[in-house]
Amino acid sequence: MNKKQKKMLIRIIIAAVLMIALHFAYEFLGGKQAEDGTVIEEALIREPLWFILYLIPYLVVGYDILRKAFKGILKRQVFDENFLMVVATVGAIAVALVEQNGDYTEAIAVMLFYQIGELFQSYAVGKSRRNISALMDIRPDYANLETEDGFEKVDPDEVAIGSIIIVQPGEKIPIDGIVTKGRTTINTSALTGESLPREAAEGDEVISGCINMTGAISVQTTKEFGESTVSKILELVENSSSRKSRSEDFISRFARYYTPAVCGSALALALLPPLFLLLTGGDPAWGSWVYRALTFLVISCPCALVISIPLTFFAGIGGAGNAGILVKGSNYLEMLSRTGIVAFDKTGTMTKGVFEVCGIHHAKLSNEKLLEYVAHAESLSTHPIAKSIVKCYQSGLVWKTDEKSGEAVPVPDEGIKIHVGDHRIRRERVESVEEIGGNGVVARVDGHEILAGNRKLMDLKGIAIRECHYTGTVVHVAVDGEYSGHILISDVIKPTAAEAVRALHEAGIRRCVMLTGDAKEVAESVAKDLAIDEVRSELLPQEKVSAVEGLLEEKKGKEALAFVGDGINDAPVLSRADIGIAMGALGSDAAIEAADVVLMDDDPARIAKAIRISRKCMRIVYENIIFAIGIKLLCLILGAFGIANMWMAIFADVGVMVLAVLNAIRALFVKKL
Amino acid sequence: MKKSYKIEVDCANCANKMEDAAKKTEGVKDCVVSFMSLKMNVEFEEGADPKAVMQEVLKNCKKVEDDCEIYL
Repeated sequence: MNKKQKKMLIRIIIAAVLMIALHFAYEFLGGKQAEDGTVIEEALIREPLWFILYLIPYLVVGYDILRKAFKGILKRQVFDENFLMVVATVGAIAVALVEQNGDYTEAIAVMLFYQIGELFQSYAVGKSRRNISALMDIRPDYANLETEDGFEKVDPDEVAIGSIIIVQPGEKIPIDGIVTKGRTTINTSALTGESLPREAAEGDEVISGCINMTGAISVQTTKEFGESTVSKILELVENSSSRKSRSEDFISRFARYYTPAVCGSALALALLPPLFLLLTGGDPAWGSWVYRALTFLVISCPCALVISIPLTFFAGIGGAGNAGILVKGSNYLEMLSRTGIVAFDKTGTMTKGVFEVCGIHHAKLSNEKLLEYVAHAESLSTHPIAKSIVKCYQSGLVWKTDEKSGEAVPVPDEGIKIHVGDHRIRRERVESVEEIGGNGVVARVDGHEILAGNRKLMDLKGIAIRECHYTGTVVHVAVDGEYSGHILISDVIKPTAAEAVRALHEAGIRRCVMLTGDAKEVAESVAKDLAIDEVRSELLPQEKVSAVEGLLEEKKGKEALAFVGDGINDAPVLSRADIGIAMGALGSDAAIEAADVVLMDDDPARIAKAIRISRKCMRIVYENIIFAIGIKLLCLILGAFGIANMWMAIFADVGVMVLAVLNAIRALFVKKL
Repeated sequence: MKKSYKIEVDCANCANKMEDAAKKTEGVKDCVVSFMSLKMNVEFEEGADPKAVMQEVLKNCKKVEDDCEIYL
C-alpha cells in the first residue's frame, strides 16, 4: 500500500468507528417516542446537535469527494462521479433531516463504502500492475563490459556492437551476441515459458533476457541494446495495452451513455410520480420518491464496468506473456478467441526446418558402420546434407532395424549414453576425397572405397540402386563398388506437431490448413502424419497470400483466420490474415514486427494454448460485462419500486466492482490451460 | 508523429474521460489512454508542435479530471 492508500484506510477506519459509536449513542441518548408521537423518554441530545455530530464522520471520510465535486461543478462536469456521490449522500442527509428520523447513518455508510471500493480498486489494480510487470521482468539493469583488468559495470545502452561483455552465473544476458569464451546453461523461461534450460558454448548465439545459470561466459555483442531481443519485447509488451478491443470500446461507450441515462431517470423518478400522485389527489410522498431517486444516483457510477474489462485483458495478456506467448493488444486476444480456421506454414512451423538423418535403409553393413564410413567420407564437405550426416554420426544415435523392411530408424534416447569421443571424425582415416560435381563424393576411408551420393553418381559408376519410397533426400552408399544401402535425410516433423494439431481440433478449430512451397508428396505425407485437414502445396510466396485470401472468403460468420509461420519471408501472409502468429521468433525482428501474436519458442503446441488463453480471457470479459450490467439494472429496477434501499445500491456499485476485479484477476492464471 | 507519455490517474472511467478530452484537443489526431499501463499514446497532426499541443492536452484533461497528471 502506498502513502495515499494508507491515509485513506486510516480515514475509513476513523469514520467507521465514529459512525458506529454515534449509531449506538443515538439509540440510548436520542430519546424514545411512542407511535403517536408522545415522548416516553426525554432525549439527552437533540437536533440539530445530532446532525452536527454525524457530520464529523461524513466529512472525515468524504471531504476529498466534496472538494472534487465542487471543483467539478466549477468546470461544469455534471456527470462526474464525485458529484453524483455528493448529491446522493447530501440528499439522503437532507431527507433524514426533513423527516426528523435521525437516520444519517445511511448517507455516511454510502460514502464510506464508496471510499472502501475506491481504495480496494486502487490497491487491486496497483497490485496486478506490479504482478504483471514482474512477470515480464526481463529488463537487464547493467552490462559487464570487458576491460583490460577484469570488467566494468556499464549501462547496457552504452555498449557498442562488437564489444565483449561478461555474463556471470545468475545474471541476465543484457544484449544479444555470440559466446566467445566459456560454457554454460541458460534459462530462457522468462522469454519462452520453456522451463528446460539450454546449453550454450563457444560460437553459440545467446539472446538477451535469458538468465545465465551455471558458468561465466564472454559474449561478443551483435546488436545494440535498443535493437536487442529484450528491448523489442519490452517495447511490444508496453504498447500492447494501447490497442483496445471491441469489448473495451463497447464498455466505455456504454459508460458514456449509462451515467447520464441513470441520472435522467433519477430526476424523472423524483419528480414525475409525486406530481402524478398530487394531480390525482393522492399523497405525493416526496420523501420516499426522492430517496428512490438518490439510490439511482448511487448506482449510476460506471466504475465497476469500466475497470473490470481492461483489467481482464491486461491480466490475460500478462498471463500469456508469462507462458511465452506475446499478444500485441487486447484486440488480438479478442480476435484469437474467435479463431475458426488455422493456416500453417510447413517448414519451420510444423517441421524443424533443418535436415536430419531419419533413416538408414537396407544397410549391408551395420547401420552404425555405414554411417561412420559416410560421415568420414563427407567430413570435408560443407554441403548441408553432408553436415547433417556428420552431425548425426557425432550425436551417437542408436539404430534399430525393422527386420521385415530392412529399414532402420534412430532409437529415441533411452538413457543409453555413448561417449561423444567414440564418434569423433578422425581425418587421418580419410584419404583421397573427390567431390563429383554436386552428385556426391568418392573417398577412401580405412582403405575402403566409399561412394556416397545421389542416383546420378551411382548410374555414373554403374552401380544398381534400390529405390527409396520415402520423401526426402536420399544418399546412396556403395562400399568397395558394392551397393550397401542408402541414408534418408529429410526435414523432421516437430515432436509436438501432431499433438498440436489434435489440440487445435479439440479447441474447436474447424479447419487446419497447411500452406507450403514444398513438393506435393512431401507436403501430403506430412499432412497425413499430422492429421491436417487440407494441404496447399507448391505455393510461391505470393501464392500463399492469395491462398490465405481465398480462405478468408470461406470464413463463416464471426470466425477469424489465424496464420502461423516462422516469420521468415512470411511477413506479407502474417499481415494479411486476421491474426498473424509468428513462432520461434526470438531474434527475428521482421517477424515480431509483422505478427500480432508472437510465440517465443518454436513449439507448435503453443498455438492451441494461445487460443485457450484467449478464450478464457474472453469468457471472463463476458462474465464481467453481463454480471456488472445485470446487477446494476436489477438494482435500478428494485430501487425504482422502492424495494432496494441505499445499502443495496452501494452493493451494486462497490460489491460488483470488487467481484468483477477479483474475477478479472483470474485471467492471469493460465499455467494449467 | 506518435508519442507516449506516462500518466497518473486514479480510476478507469477518469482515464476514458482523459482520452476523450485529449482527442478533442487541437493538433491531436488520435489518442489512446491505457489505464492499466498508465500510458497515453498521442498521435499528432502533421506539423503540430507536440510540446505546445501537450500543454493544451494537459489543460483539457485537468478540466475533466482534476486529479490527473501527465508527465511531459
